[in-house]
Amino acid sequence: MAHVHEAAEHYTSTGIHPSKLLMWLFLGSDCFFFGSLIATYQAYRGQSLTGPHPHEIFNIPYTSISAFVLLMSSLTMALAVNSIRLGNMPATRIWLLLTAMLGSIFVGGQVFEFTTFVHKGLTLEVNLFGTTFFVLTGFHGTHVTVDIIILLSLLLASLLGRLTPRQALTVEVAGLYWHFVDIVWAVIFTVVYLLPY
Amino acid sequence: MATVGRAVGVAPRPGFIEYLWSWVTTVDHKRIGILYGLTTTAFLLVGGLEALLIRIQLAHPESKFLDPNTYNQIFTMHGLTMIFLVVMGYNATFFNLVVPLQLGARDVAFPRLNAFSYWVFLFGALLLNLGWLWGQAPGVGWFGYANLTSVQYTPDLGTDFYVMGLQVLGISSIASALNFLVTIINLRAPGMSMFKVPVFSWMTLVVSVLVITAFPPFTVGLIEVMFDRLFGTNFFNPSAGANPLLWQHLFWIFGHPEVYILVLPAMGVISEVLPVFSRKPLFGYPFIVFSGIFIALLSYGVWAHHMFAVGLGPVANTVFGITTMLIGIPTGVKIFNWLATLWRGELKFTTPMLFALAFIAVFTVGGISGVMHATVPSDYQQTDTYFVVAHFHYVVAGIVFAIFAGIYYWWPKYTNRLLDEGLGKLHFWLFFLGFNLTFGPMHLLGLWGMPRRQYTYPAGLGWDFWNAFESASAFLMALGTLVFLIKAVKSLRSGAPAGNDPWDGRTLEWIIPSPPPAYNFAEIPAVSHRDEFWARKYGAHGERAQAPLRSKSNPGDNPGHGSDNPGHPDGHGAHIHLPNPSYYPLIVAFGIALGMFGAVMLRPVEVGGLGPLGWAVVGFGALITVFGAYGWSFEPAG
Repeated sequence: MAHVHEAAEHYTSTGIHPSKLLMWLFLGSDCFFFGSLIATYQAYRGQSLTGPHPHEIFNIPYTSISAFVLLMSSLTMALAVNSIRLGNMPATRIWLLLTAMLGSIFVGGQVFEFTTFVHKGLTLEVNLFGTTFFVLTGFHGTHVTVDIIILLSLLLASLLGRLTPRQALTVEVAGLYWHFVDIVWAVIFTVVYLLPY
Repeated sequence: MATVGRAVGVAPRPGFIEYLWSWVTTVDHKRIGILYGLTTTAFLLVGGLEALLIRIQLAHPESKFLDPNTYNQIFTMHGLTMIFLVVMGYNATFFNLVVPLQLGARDVAFPRLNAFSYWVFLFGALLLNLGWLWGQAPGVGWFGYANLTSVQYTPDLGTDFYVMGLQVLGISSIASALNFLVTIINLRAPGMSMFKVPVFSWMTLVVSVLVITAFPPFTVGLIEVMFDRLFGTNFFNPSAGANPLLWQHLFWIFGHPEVYILVLPAMGVISEVLPVFSRKPLFGYPFIVFSGIFIALLSYGVWAHHMFAVGLGPVANTVFGITTMLIGIPTGVKIFNWLATLWRGELKFTTPMLFALAFIAVFTVGGISGVMHATVPSDYQQTDTYFVVAHFHYVVAGIVFAIFAGIYYWWPKYTNRLLDEGLGKLHFWLFFLGFNLTFGPMHLLGLWGMPRRQYTYPAGLGWDFWNAFESASAFLMALGTLVFLIKAVKSLRSGAPAGNDPWDGRTLEWIIPSPPPAYNFAEIPAVSHRDEFWARKYGAHGERAQAPLRSKSNPGDNPGHGSDNPGHPDGHGAHIHLPNPSYYPLIVAFGIALGMFGAVMLRPVEVGGLGPLGWAVVGFGALITVFGAYGWSFEPAG
């Protein structure tokens, strides 16, 4: 897609394609975004004056499975990048679709989890845990959702013949973002769910 | 596929609408720079007007000129305007106008993203100011301390415009910083290693790193305030156990690097101006560059010096006091290097040179009072007094001297017109005197205990005379700015042609015609020296080697050859492939700003919002954004 052609395909000082460099720098910036959200969560860890508290509502096995699904989607994403590099468009489409599906399972799982928590009395307003938990994990879920839309758009573009092996870099750049979102979840899952509250 | 050649002599002279449309859809860094410059100058006048209103109010004790609420809005908007719209706006102007030319590049790495940054900046600036229409501009100070920003204490729309306006401006800054990072890292002319990059472009690189790392904490802080106000979260609600100091940490982790985001480009500008008007290379180039990097790194470790008085405890205060003093070292290194650049130079006191020298003087004064604040016990006395106001105006308002230096310095490159030196000196002296006579006495008032942010003060405390004096002096600055505007118009109408290289410049921007053609460089120059143009003119070691060597790619002076006329008459540059114009950046920017405006409108009808109807505006904005983003992605970029 266009980002990629926009920057000249000719000479660059470093030899790195500008689009890839742009994505790396953006991800660097996004680290500070999630870092600040996580810092807020940590600053208010254990500061809630009322319940529900994390140990009363977390279902660690459930969330572990959805975390596993998301981490596995990094594998299918890598396979999508590999396929388009090899010029195998049918395989690229399958892996892109599978990645988007795994991502959707994760987001769906999060929606279900949020609903359950709300039924158990944890809302945005009820205490500091609810406030920080929903905003942190919600922003992560939003990132995943945006990236699912990007992957599905790439899939659509390939079906319309607008995405060919010449644009392999576009898939690779979208993949960088996908892997980043997965890694962020590994951090959030550890900090929010696994560390004793 | 816009190849330049096609436009030449084929298309009829475009009408006014086409001309306007060509600006709306432009992706040319030079035109975007000019748009930034015009927008920013308009906001300089707005912010200046707000300053004058403040000074009229404070001219005499117990004044009733402004009521307290209006005063709060005006001093808040003065600060926000000057920081986010004027200094950051002029910095973006110079990044666009200068960096690609200094690097020997045809444009920035992502021309449409660059146009997007500008339009987001414009809409963000308008959104920030939109509250005036409701009579509810932000009134919580530029720092917007929690929990004054809770709905409970500021139920009006002003705080919502503060949150959403700054959020939009942050998007613009981050997009622009990413773009310039890629440009400087990746689009340097062949042979231009990092340590041959001109200092202004270096400082742009350092500032861009600061922007992409310092803005996200601020973004998160603003999101938290927004959620507290709109969705009832508890981020800054002490009755739920929250600690409102969290905001101060997030804000100042952004806010102190922000000070260097403002000032490092200014240091870059004068590092370009001083060598040219001393006819000497910059003294200690690596020291200047590394000092800039060192300042940027240290700026992350000093945020709590804005919070000495909140009770973080002696250990934290001492640590932050020491790190703050450390910043004096690289800053001092820079100042001494600039002075050494002047030493035994053939000094020419042109207007840009005068402004550059004034920047050093003023910034040194501000730096010294800054070190005084770093001493915690001394800061306890100074905090929240006019001493602090004096300090940050000497530092941040002092940047305006460097901005004027930059405007005067690069003006001939873009207009091909010289500026009147006589009027320039009048501007300089009016502004320099006005500045010092306004902000200088504030040191005294602060030491005598006059508190800042108060809309008035009682008579008989010994503050009356100096307040009246400052208010009168502020008008000298206004007069100076007026002279500047007159001079700019005069230069455009009747200035003498400047030619390619009016100042005997050193860097690549002076090698090409004035104003630069759309493609900048007909052929990308190969670089072998830090001061490449100077080395081509005079040889690497300053001896007058041969007649100025026009690069073979640049067929010579061609005054009046505008960037709106992309093809070179004799066919040079005809083969150069330029990016297509695009209106999608404007559409995406508008969609984002509209969505953010919708978020403001989510506030209840009683305070001027639309209540749940605001979601319709949010949704409409989101639709426009998505439409624009798809159009952007699928249009051929050329």
